[in-house]
Amino acid sequence: MPTQMAASLCITFSPSTSKGVSLTVARECGQLVFLEGLKSSVDVFFRAQAEPHPLQFLREANAENLQPLYEFVREALKPVDDGEAAWRCPVLLVDDLSVLLSLGMGAVAVLDFIHYCRATVCWERKGNIVALVHDSGDTEDEENNILLNGLSHQSHLILRAEGLPTGFCRDVHGQLRILWRTPSQPTTQRDRSLTYQYKIQDRSVSFFAKGMSPAVL
Amino acid sequence: MESVLALRGLVLLRDSVEWEGRSLLKALIKKAALGGEQVHILGCEVSEEEFRAGFDSSINSRLVYYDLFRDPLNWAQTGEALPGGPLGALQAMCKRTDPGPVTVALDSLSWLLLRLPCAALCQALCAMSRQHACRGGGPAAEQLCVLGLLHRELHGPGPTGALSSLAQTEVTLGGTAGQASAHILCRRPRQRPPLETLWFSVLPDLSLDLQGGPPLESQPHPDPHTPQVEPASHLTFNLHLSKREREAKDSLTLPFQFSSEKQQALLRPGPGPATSRIFYEPDAFDDLDPEDPDGDLDV
Repeated sequence: MPTQMAASLCITFSPSTSKGVSLTVARECGQLVFLEGLKSSVDVFFRAQAEPHPLQFLREANAENLQPLYEFVREALKPVDDGEAAWRCPVLLVDDLSVLLSLGMGAVAVLDFIHYCRATVCWERKGNIVALVHDSGDTEDEENNILLNGLSHQSHLILRAEGLPTGFCRDVHGQLRILWRTPSQPTTQRDRSLTYQYKIQDRSVSFFAKGMSPAVL
Repeated sequence: MESVLALRGLVLLRDSVEWEGRSLLKALIKKAALGGEQVHILGCEVSEEEFRAGFDSSINSRLVYYDLFRDPLNWAQTGEALPGGPLGALQAMCKRTDPGPVTVALDSLSWLLLRLPCAALCQALCAMSRQHACRGGGPAAEQLCVLGLLHRELHGPGPTGALSSLAQTEVTLGGTAGQASAHILCRRPRQRPPLETLWFSVLPDLSLDLQGGPPLESQPHPDPHTPQVEPASHLTFNLHLSKREREAKDSLTLPFQFSSEKQQALLRPGPGPATSRIFYEPDAFDDLDPEDPDGDLDV
């Protein structure tokens, strides 16, 4: 099965939570740093690079790690104005990590990349990381299972989106299971997981309890 | 119930994505620190600040922390990374423990197992107890406790089996309906049963609250004072053969076993008519039609 080749990284600072965020404006004012993997990979193959390219591993037969990609993330987070950061609380969005496996990197190399991103984005810069990983359900895909489970153990919050067990529905596109792994308030009565169903709309998503879709009420 | 927490040797804390084990690890560390033990921690998966969160200042001051989280692979090349990489950090930690009761916490064994050869990791764990014993203070089995956090979905049966063979205790975390459970397997039982299930919760101050095992979940264990019953003592059939029966069985020729004697018998035509015949006695209900013998089959 051909896998869409898209590895994109976005680093945004204090993103707006209102609808209709203009990514172009955000990019121009430096709020958004966008690495488009598909376009950028062309540079690796067809343009001479003075420095290691973030996607340098595409050119190397036995790339052992994703250090150049991590260096790109670290550089993007560095303050630019007089030593003080213009923006705070960075968010690193990675779409998606499973593509890196398809491109030949090992699961442990991808886990090391995310480990270093966590150290810089979460610990040093007090930000957050949101990473997308695909779960094909193939128990024989050891590398993807190691990546999926390894990331799950590093995560404080897991959002698992899957189709409805009953099949396709026009008004309910899937269900989302939310699992908290932060033992900050360990109580026996605390909800460890919740499940919602959702419908994807034009620029937003609406969530509702199971069986409570507005279309059926 | 408190005797279950008297853990020594290598203790595997096997957690899962659904039931994380770091809070139990921290609770056991707190118990060891309050008991006056040295506590050494190799932190690979979370930052030192995040790991120390929840311990009060008196406990934090007793913890010796080796930070392998910030720059485990020396990518920053600032000179602050622990020398020798992950294996070097583990070996260095072994050498710095003083004689006496020590608890070493590895957060996590899975992180090390993904990046180090399994054999090297197992050798380092064995060397840890040997080196501690050499430094005096009694047998290592009584003095050293190594708590290793292991994420059970990450490893195959080979590495998991290798670590299990080194472990004195395996604690497998699970739970139901929001309540965590610990399934404890002791490989060298002394005064506790080899298999036990406990329900527990880790309180906000990292104290451990044990609630005992529910009757439906507890595993039955043999009472050492009851003599073992021979399972074949009350059978209605005979499982054993006498000497005479065994000889008769060994000398029996199986009907389809082709031997040279049988071959000769088949090749030599037997004297006289054939010795086997088939006799058929029709029932009163049989309706035999010599011209259509299959007439009664209705096919």
